[in-house]
Amino acid sequence: MTPPAEVEEPTKAREGGIPQSRRVVLTRLAVAVLGVLVLMFPMYWMIRTSLASTAELSDLPVPLWPQEWLWRNYVEPWKAYPFARWLTNSVVIAALSVTLTLAINLCAGYAFAKLRFPLRNVLFLLIISTLMVPVQVIMVPQFQIVIDLNLLNSTWGVVLPRLAEAFGLFMARQFFLGIPDELIEAARVDGAGHLRTFFSIVLPLSKPLIAALVIFTFMWRWNEFVWPLIVLTDPNAYTLPVGLQFLISQFSTNFGPLLAMSFLSILPMLLVFAVFQRYFVEGVARTGLK
Amino acid sequence: MTTQAPTAGRTARGSAGRGAPRGGPRLRLPRRGPANAALRAERWAGLVLASPALVVFTVFMFIPLALTFWYSLHRYSGFGRMRWIGTENYRNIASDSTFWKALLNTVLYTAITVPIGIALGLGAALLLNRVMPGRGLWRALVYVPVVISGVASGIIFLRLFDPITGILNQLFTGVGLPAVDWQGSGTAALVSVIIVTTWQGIGFGMVVYLSGLQGIPGELYEAGAVDGAVGWRRFWYITWPMLAPTTFFLVVYSIIGSFQVFDVVYVLTRGGPGTSTTFLVQYAYDQGFNQRRQGYAAAIGVIIYVIVLLFTIAQWRLSRGRDEA
Repeated sequence: MTPPAEVEEPTKAREGGIPQSRRVVLTRLAVAVLGVLVLMFPMYWMIRTSLASTAELSDLPVPLWPQEWLWRNYVEPWKAYPFARWLTNSVVIAALSVTLTLAINLCAGYAFAKLRFPLRNVLFLLIISTLMVPVQVIMVPQFQIVIDLNLLNSTWGVVLPRLAEAFGLFMARQFFLGIPDELIEAARVDGAGHLRTFFSIVLPLSKPLIAALVIFTFMWRWNEFVWPLIVLTDPNAYTLPVGLQFLISQFSTNFGPLLAMSFLSILPMLLVFAVFQRYFVEGVARTGLK
Repeated sequence: MTTQAPTAGRTARGSAGRGAPRGGPRLRLPRRGPANAALRAERWAGLVLASPALVVFTVFMFIPLALTFWYSLHRYSGFGRMRWIGTENYRNIASDSTFWKALLNTVLYTAITVPIGIALGLGAALLLNRVMPGRGLWRALVYVPVVISGVASGIIFLRLFDPITGILNQLFTGVGLPAVDWQGSGTAALVSVIIVTTWQGIGFGMVVYLSGLQGIPGELYEAGAVDGAVGWRRFWYITWPMLAPTTFFLVVYSIIGSFQVFDVVYVLTRGGPGTSTTFLVQYAYDQGFNQRRQGYAAAIGVIIYVIVLLFTIAQWRLSRGRDEA
């Protein structure tokens, strides 16, 4: 049976060779807008609540639009808690993690993809086999190692253990496998050493890989919770997610300031996403299936 | 290495499927024989480039993994001496009702969230794959929850789920439904966790499915249209089978992810009320860092590891079987 909507006046709008009638396009658009509105409502409600007083929030039903704009929900907790400090910690940890993850994974990924050295395949399999180890499985001894290295409450205690994550290495190796051997051999014939070939021929070709690695490492480390929660016990050393969960107990049911701080904590990530969202989407496609 | 039977079918598959380089430059050096200078240079370069990763993985992954097994055979508070107790932790786990509840919760949660997440991700992808005004914006907005931390998501929904002033219950009572005690009753708490993690995950599923849809050649649809495959038939006979590898990847990825869910639960319910939202990783964390039973926590870790490992082997076997079918 052919739905009548499919045959009447096919428009030029087509993908995969499927004609769509104007009515179908409009129906799809309506469903999309409705779906996005539902998905975005919690975000709107966070911002709306962040500007409300406790009185306004207990006045049922809570009005959909703010009746007053209570900016002190943002100002007062910012002053009362080391929020700027948490922000700085998060930025430092994310920046260090991204830089080191990139350096380690690009080098190792290239070695595992293109260079022959003893035990190469065994080592790669060993590393890849850890791809699915949940952090919670190894956190007890990892915690002990961090204590032994005297890294409790330090930035390095958060950063270093999470560098041992096979995802980036796997991604990098897959990407380098796709670079033709002929290109590398040509550079070698021209007299470039292996390291020189890597740094001046291969790396400049790796911008899509680097973009995807930067974006995902930044996102994962910025949002990371359980590991910083364990390593950072001093409130001054907290990252934003850890600080945020600390604020839950401080504000209890005083939702205005709590949601103001929640919004502030996700704002940097939202800005990064707004600027680079095209790469986020491409990055998932690349890492997910290739 | 399998011995290749030189049947026609095999050879055809082999040349199609294994045409890609299997890694490593094709060396024109003699494979056997004296290692010459070029080979030595390559080995040296390989080891230099790989060594930072090897050091990091040894110190922070392989040693902790080995230690997890070692700790799981001890009684250990995290301070002072460890006491060897053999398999006592495992025997205690076997008779620990909270552990079994946590395992059941984890499996139940996985069985519910994975199909829902896949269905919604696929729905969003199918909807937003076609040309429509503002398509890029809708795609980006669906992806927004993915980039928000689990803690912030938990707090946002804590507000929405508030039993008295939360908007969800206002909505429910507004249309004549009873108010739900989201954090007070076990089933509702589990549902609330499922709602939040589903909200977080739709965007990821959508993007993966979008890239899968992009891989379906348009000619298939044109040929299908000639044979009368339109509407739902087009979906069932062309789109869905062509998306099988994508679906498979997402199922595996989501199951592994759902065994690790932590932050949303930590913020939203802390595993409660009672043990109704206690998952395996919650329980391991609680035992190790609140109850200070690090040996016991390590044993739970070993069990999580074994489950994930068995599952990974099973899916690997399955996917190989499917490729060869």
